[in-house]
Amino acid sequence: MATVRRVSTSSAGTFPKRVKIVEVGPRDGLQNEKNIVPTATKIKLIDMLSEAGLPVVEATSFVSPKWVPQMADHAEVLKGIQKFPGINYPVLTPNFKGYQAAVAAGAKEVAIFGAASELFTRKNINCSIDESLQRFDEILKAAQAASIPVRGYVSCVLGCPYEGKISPAKVAEVAKKLYSMGCYEISLGDTIGVGTPGIMRDMLSAVMHEVPVAALAVHCHDTYGQALANTLMALQMGVSVVDSSVAGLGGCPYAQGASGNLATEDLVYMLTGLGVHTGVNLQKLLEAGAFICQALNRKTSSKVAQATCKL
Amino acid sequence: MGNVPSAVKHCLSYQQLLREHLWIGDSVAGALDPAQESSQLSGLPEYVKIVEVGPRDGLQNEKVIVPTDKKIEFINQLSQTGLSVIEVTSFVSSRWIPQMADHTEVMKGIRQYPGIRYPVLTPNLQGFHRAVAAGATEISVFGAASESFSKKNINCSIEESMERFEEVVKSARHMNIPARGYVSCALGCPCEGSVTPQKVTEVSKRLYGMGCYEISLGDTIGVGTPGSMKKLLESVMKEIPPRALAVHCHDTYGQALANILTALQTVVLCSPLLVETIAGPWCMLYVSPPREILLSLLHILGEESAIHAR
Repeated sequence: MATVRRVSTSSAGTFPKRVKIVEVGPRDGLQNEKNIVPTATKIKLIDMLSEAGLPVVEATSFVSPKWVPQMADHAEVLKGIQKFPGINYPVLTPNFKGYQAAVAAGAKEVAIFGAASELFTRKNINCSIDESLQRFDEILKAAQAASIPVRGYVSCVLGCPYEGKISPAKVAEVAKKLYSMGCYEISLGDTIGVGTPGIMRDMLSAVMHEVPVAALAVHCHDTYGQALANTLMALQMGVSVVDSSVAGLGGCPYAQGASGNLATEDLVYMLTGLGVHTGVNLQKLLEAGAFICQALNRKTSSKVAQATCKL
Repeated sequence: MGNVPSAVKHCLSYQQLLREHLWIGDSVAGALDPAQESSQLSGLPEYVKIVEVGPRDGLQNEKVIVPTDKKIEFINQLSQTGLSVIEVTSFVSSRWIPQMADHTEVMKGIRQYPGIRYPVLTPNLQGFHRAVAAGATEISVFGAASESFSKKNINCSIEESMERFEEVVKSARHMNIPARGYVSCALGCPCEGSVTPQKVTEVSKRLYGMGCYEISLGDTIGVGTPGSMKKLLESVMKEIPPRALAVHCHDTYGQALANILTALQTVVLCSPLLVETIAGPWCMLYVSPPREILLSLLHILGEESAIHAR
């Protein structure tokens, strides 16, 4: 059983020595961007992110183009990117059909998602949390047989646009289910960015009772500017995997004008300052961010990029 | 995460979410539920005072000159949010900071609510006398932990600036006017690069020793990160009691809120830590974290802050 750590003044300065950054810009970032990005641009973005040293780059989502037009070119993107040795390129597979298409396109790692909110699950995919997890049984069995690792996402871990507050116990329950079903890592997402460090702390305390901290990741949205502070709290609790998005790509479908994911550049800046190893070349990362923002015709949401922009 | 087309319109309005998460509209006492009292065990201060520096530090960095009546209206609105300290203006020469040219009119024009303090910046004795004549009852002086920055910013060495400030603080004390001391470049300097915690401590100690009741440590160019914030505070706290310390974090590299969280964790119990913020999303680009963002952080950490947000 995982140990629960309370954050105290004495541990305020304790951080993991290495943090694995999972770059979700090409998927979670882009899928929330209005402007459709050409396939060649997506491929170039992912290649630039690989060259920046990110160990994991979530490439695309094998979801129906009816739901997410931005991801319609999933197979072409996965086939077109350069697969650097030592870098993982997971793809989202919302159902078995998507999983099969992903494997056919060369996927070596997939991701599935659940939510810590019944209402969110109902509104989003028209079933209960339990039913949604059952749907993934098929994927997990097939993935296990094919030795394909599966990552599990839990959304709405710090708040839900429909239910409001979410109990840490519920998050722990869903995380535990995904972990016991065979997901090697559980990414806990503050989908609408309403969380603050105290809530993050309480949620992680509950989840760490059920899932070892080494198997946990946090995925913070910056809708209310709390993402980096929330991530810092998670690091202090022992989490060493953080999802972020180059240039802070993505918006929030629930809040027009709101910012998106935690910007990878800002995260790398903080971790570098803390002496935590990430393997990421910030300069190359900034170049990737500049590239995609130009393609999207939007300004970066990364403060580091804004501060270092010479325009 | 995931696509949510038409379902969006059925979700809780953000107003409702904010009410639940940020207690907007509720009293502070009612908002702190028993579950959050556990935050006290996390080594965080019980109380945090927010010093609003928007009308001075914020505005002076804005290119567009804001009319006097708008500045006054802005400050009056801030006074009604429950903030207990609002830095109003700077009695600096209009040649250097055109935005602050109307310092006297602003100082005289604002409504001074009972229980709220309205400090003003006074870089020299002349400015101090003008400030007092205009009705100021609290002043601030502005030092730096970097020689190069001091020379570039106020055209003198740190030592020379301290001598200037001693005159001002002495006069202030003589008139029972509290004086606050700022130390800029506390976590890095645009000219010198890294700044040692020892240097910041030395300058802070000097300001505190001459009579400043509070020392605000400013990450002027926002280069600091939680590790350097912690090291800085640990050094300064050896010479200055935590209750006399404030942090002033710029968000240039997106680190401000994380640095503030670290400051809250590092400053030991029972000490009110002062955090300086700037209200208004239009300041978000390159200055301190907006007050609204800080409030949400503080509330959910279980901190009482002397604010009733509207």
